[in-house]
Amino acid sequence: MTAPSSAPIVRLRGVDKVFAARDGARTVALQGIDLDIAPGEFVSLIGPSGCGKSTLLRIIGDLVQATTGEVTVNGKPADRARRDRDYGMVFQAPVLFDWRSVEDNVRLPLEILGRDKAWRVERARQMLDLVDLGEFTKHMPYQLSGGMQQRVAIARALSFEPRILLMDEPFGALDEMTRERLNDEVLRIWEQTGTTIVFVTHSIPEAVFLSSRVVVMSPRPGRITKIVDIDLPRPRTDAIRESEAYFARITEVREALRAGGGHAGSGAGGAGGADGSGAGGDAGEAAGVAGTASARRTAAEGAVG
Amino acid sequence: MSAATGVAGGRPSADLRPSPRRARRLVGDYLPAVLVAVAGLVIWELAVRGLNMRAFILPAPTAIASALGTYWNDTRFPVSKAALNTLTEAIGGFAIGTGAGILVALVATRWGVARALLLPIAVAANAIPIIALSPLFNAWFGITNPLSKMMMAAVLSFFPVMANMTRGLSGADPAALELMRSYAASEATILRKLRFPNSLPYLFTALKLASTLSLIGAIVAEYFGGQTAVLGQLVITSISALRFDVTWACITLAAGAGIVFYLLLALAERLVIPWHSSVRDPG
Repeated sequence: MTAPSSAPIVRLRGVDKVFAARDGARTVALQGIDLDIAPGEFVSLIGPSGCGKSTLLRIIGDLVQATTGEVTVNGKPADRARRDRDYGMVFQAPVLFDWRSVEDNVRLPLEILGRDKAWRVERARQMLDLVDLGEFTKHMPYQLSGGMQQRVAIARALSFEPRILLMDEPFGALDEMTRERLNDEVLRIWEQTGTTIVFVTHSIPEAVFLSSRVVVMSPRPGRITKIVDIDLPRPRTDAIRESEAYFARITEVREALRAGGGHAGSGAGGAGGADGSGAGGDAGEAAGVAGTASARRTAAEGAVG
Repeated sequence: MSAATGVAGGRPSADLRPSPRRARRLVGDYLPAVLVAVAGLVIWELAVRGLNMRAFILPAPTAIASALGTYWNDTRFPVSKAALNTLTEAIGGFAIGTGAGILVALVATRWGVARALLLPIAVAANAIPIIALSPLFNAWFGITNPLSKMMMAAVLSFFPVMANMTRGLSGADPAALELMRSYAASEATILRKLRFPNSLPYLFTALKLASTLSLIGAIVAEYFGGQTAVLGQLVITSISALRFDVTWACITLAAGAGIVFYLLLALAERLVIPWHSSVRDPG
């Protein structure tokens, strides 16, 4: 089943997500999401902490099921697309398997897909060259820096040539310098492979620099408040980061976030309040990322100590 | 390494192989403990001689050592043969108990129904002071059959292995599980490629515990009768013969066997999970 190339690769219609707690309390995480993503597009989802952008990404990837609404990927239901291995996932943490070398981590999906050994070896080498880690194939994950680990995760996600790459705040735990370098790298890979990328972030500059379109979401219940077209020329270089058009788009996204994301009752007028909540969200999510990685380490060490 | 590549953990593979630097660090790590142990033995020896202690209270280390030599191949107190027999029971029981523990943990993780059925029973059974059942094991498996001692060692080894292994198998990183789901990996694949390797550090912790427990189980079971050329029986007969130096020779052999058993497992741990933070060299 191949849809015509003009048809959207991801099509969301009326998607709601309601989380029901054990005590019966209901949280509406997402409400009335309609979104089309074209093949080869680079789309970012941006919004304050808790707006459901990660949940939306997981609904596209069939890791979370929508309560109501329709999710079509590659012309088929999302669960079918997952079973057809149409998705590559990159998470906040690199999620490398500690017991596998760098190249064996990249080969993991190929093993699961049952590709033959020669192909696995060849493909892992190609992918690690692509993310500029060709010299580190035999290293163990703990021997790499956080940015390098995340590049291994990207190589792993691309190794089986998925149609769509879903990235959930992949650089949220990294310092600004590393993040900018990896942004350049992701764009280069995107241009080389033509993979559709859906990218969740809480960084406005990152979203603007990378994307063809930025989907702005409101605080809970998460709705799409605006979609900002980023018509900056490609390839996007460092010069773009200093251009006026770039700052204009950043301002546009920021204003869309404020318009949709004030505190209760303050509406569009509460610019100061909206700014505050945005900053708090950033810090909270960054702490969450670091927390996950260190909690995992502590748990493993605790078992042995 | 250039700043651009930014390796956090130092050089690769070279750090995993023995090197002069590492040998020096090993000596540095263990030398103080060895010195303290030697000092302890010297103080013990001097105390026994100086205070003119009676042998039934505490024989001197040199007396114990000479008893070990004298009775190594003795017919009345065959200490080396006894140590070998006891060790066989302990290792046999260790193998049975840990094997069963790993198996039950795998089944309990793989099938939720099994977990719901088995785990409460296992926890309840663990609360029984199993060592008290030792005379019953003699009745069940034959008092002179080494299997009755092995089974006691096996039961004691079983619980820590099953409990730790279950924890390791079910405690995989939720993000890693999501990753496997994104590959549409089967449960069996997830078990093999994620849960099992993830459980190995937990397993080795349990194995080291079980090595000690299996020796305890075997020796205590021997106290309740059976073949005579075993450490538990030699302890009893040497005490009634007032040969306390032989008693202590047996205890020394039991301790030595326990330490060697433990060290072998620690070595295996280093070889099997060199990637784990408890084992690998600090970066």
